[in-house]
Amino acid sequence: MLIAGVDVGSTQTKAIILNENAEIMARGIVNTGANVVKAAEKAFNEARKSAKLEEWDVAYTVGTGYGRYKVLFGDMQITEISCHARGANFLFPKTRTILDIGGQDTKGIHINEKGEVVDFCMNDKCAAGTGRFLAAAAEVMGISLDDLGDVALRSSNALRITNVCTVFVETEIMNHLSKGKKGEDILAGVHQSIAARSVSLVRRVGIDPEITFTGGVSKNKGMVRALEEKLGMPINVNEDSQFIGALGAALFALERAKARHDGEAVTAKEEARP
Amino acid sequence: MTIAQNMNGRFIAGIDVGTRMTKCAVFDVAGNTVVGRATLLTGHNLGLASQKALEETCSQSGLKTSDIFYVASTGYGRYQVPMRQIQITDISCHAMGAKYLFPNTVSILDVGAQNAKAMRIDEHGRVMKFKMNDKCASGAGRFLERVAKGLELELEEIGSLSLRSKDPQAISSICAVLAESEVINLVTTGYPVEDILMGAQLSISDRIVAMLRQVATDGEVTLTGGITKNAGMVKALEQKIGKHLNVCEDSEYAGAIGACLLVKRRLKKLEEQKVMVDDSTRRAGV
Repeated sequence: MLIAGVDVGSTQTKAIILNENAEIMARGIVNTGANVVKAAEKAFNEARKSAKLEEWDVAYTVGTGYGRYKVLFGDMQITEISCHARGANFLFPKTRTILDIGGQDTKGIHINEKGEVVDFCMNDKCAAGTGRFLAAAAEVMGISLDDLGDVALRSSNALRITNVCTVFVETEIMNHLSKGKKGEDILAGVHQSIAARSVSLVRRVGIDPEITFTGGVSKNKGMVRALEEKLGMPINVNEDSQFIGALGAALFALERAKARHDGEAVTAKEEARP
Repeated sequence: MTIAQNMNGRFIAGIDVGTRMTKCAVFDVAGNTVVGRATLLTGHNLGLASQKALEETCSQSGLKTSDIFYVASTGYGRYQVPMRQIQITDISCHAMGAKYLFPNTVSILDVGAQNAKAMRIDEHGRVMKFKMNDKCASGAGRFLERVAKGLELELEEIGSLSLRSKDPQAISSICAVLAESEVINLVTTGYPVEDILMGAQLSISDRIVAMLRQVATDGEVTLTGGITKNAGMVKALEQKIGKHLNVCEDSEYAGAIGACLLVKRRLKKLEEQKVMVDDSTRRAGV
């Protein structure tokens, strides 16, 4: 039996396919863009094709993320907060605190040893301290988003970024550039500014080790280091950190599919009874 | 030679280096009129933008840059204008410029790409009260730029398009960055583009007008800054304020024109004090 989790984020849509032993069989990732319904299909199909599967091979699908109701082929929707908790607990069982930095949301989630959500908070009024902040910096500096962290890591003299507003930071960066400041020093400042904002957000739910970093920004090594410096402790990341929401959704899907399967079996047995 | 003679037939240039656009106006002292104006994108190199704007304004009015007697810079990039003789804060310049364009002005709303400012002035064009957004772009032109980007439209076309709206759709995001995604959502839900645009403009107007109410609510209100080029935004602001706003073709140049006028006043004062303004003192920034 195969099941899937599809995490439709504001910037990227992630899909994961698991087998019944909760082993990852395939991953798919696409830019969300304007057509959210299509993005969900594309990410799912990308994962499905990479494992050479047909649509009907996947028994159960859970949608999550801000666009979870646009996963039209999904059997169920679960909030990304629960999915991140579930996924982080699966990859790093000792996780008690999750920092999820996505394209336009930053969330702090406190979980228990079973991977259940105890408390959570998020930015909801403003994009400061989210992936968009980094994307804006990348755009102004003409550096690809994927290289941003590595460039920042080269800095030995981080500049202080004083603006909070993502839009104002673009101008602040331009000012630094026009004064001949080094790109790496500006970027190191940008990373530190986001780290400071994220850490103060997570503090609202309580910082309990271990901390697991999820979401698209967790791919950025410069951000990982800035956060570790700010927190004064190591944080969990691995190559699937960006897929943790989708993974959590898939784990929920597996649970439901098994329950349904068992339920059907029971019903069949009951029916067989005279 | 007196300064009056010195100034006759001379020209003053005001360069307003904004976060998005650089505006330049050349003022003819003898004729007491604006004889040239040009605007271009500021970009990364503020000094270069100001130089280009000055050159374009001069060539437009048949002048050489050497014909310019005095250069005043204003706006956020005013310290990066290499040929300036003086720099003046944009607040004073907009007040002066608005008063020149509309003599009955009591309050001024200056909405640019990154800042929105509300001012109340006295009968001489001096600023009495002042408020501005300084932490976030939620009430500034950049908000509209982001919305236009989300809709894949040019900034220049959204104003006239929004005027077609019959049922504006409110935008709940305050953050310019988050508004961009909200707009994309509204488009995929199937709302007409003009209704989304007008909704966004009304929501910015709410924030700008709230700021204006903190400094003044009576008298004539003059609108300045790049936003004046957007007819839809002017309508949205008028709807929220509940009265007519003064706007004309030179509204965008209010800061640059105001800079010229302040220089003119300064030169007159120097003349009264019998201080000679010649090439050497001028270069020293008298």
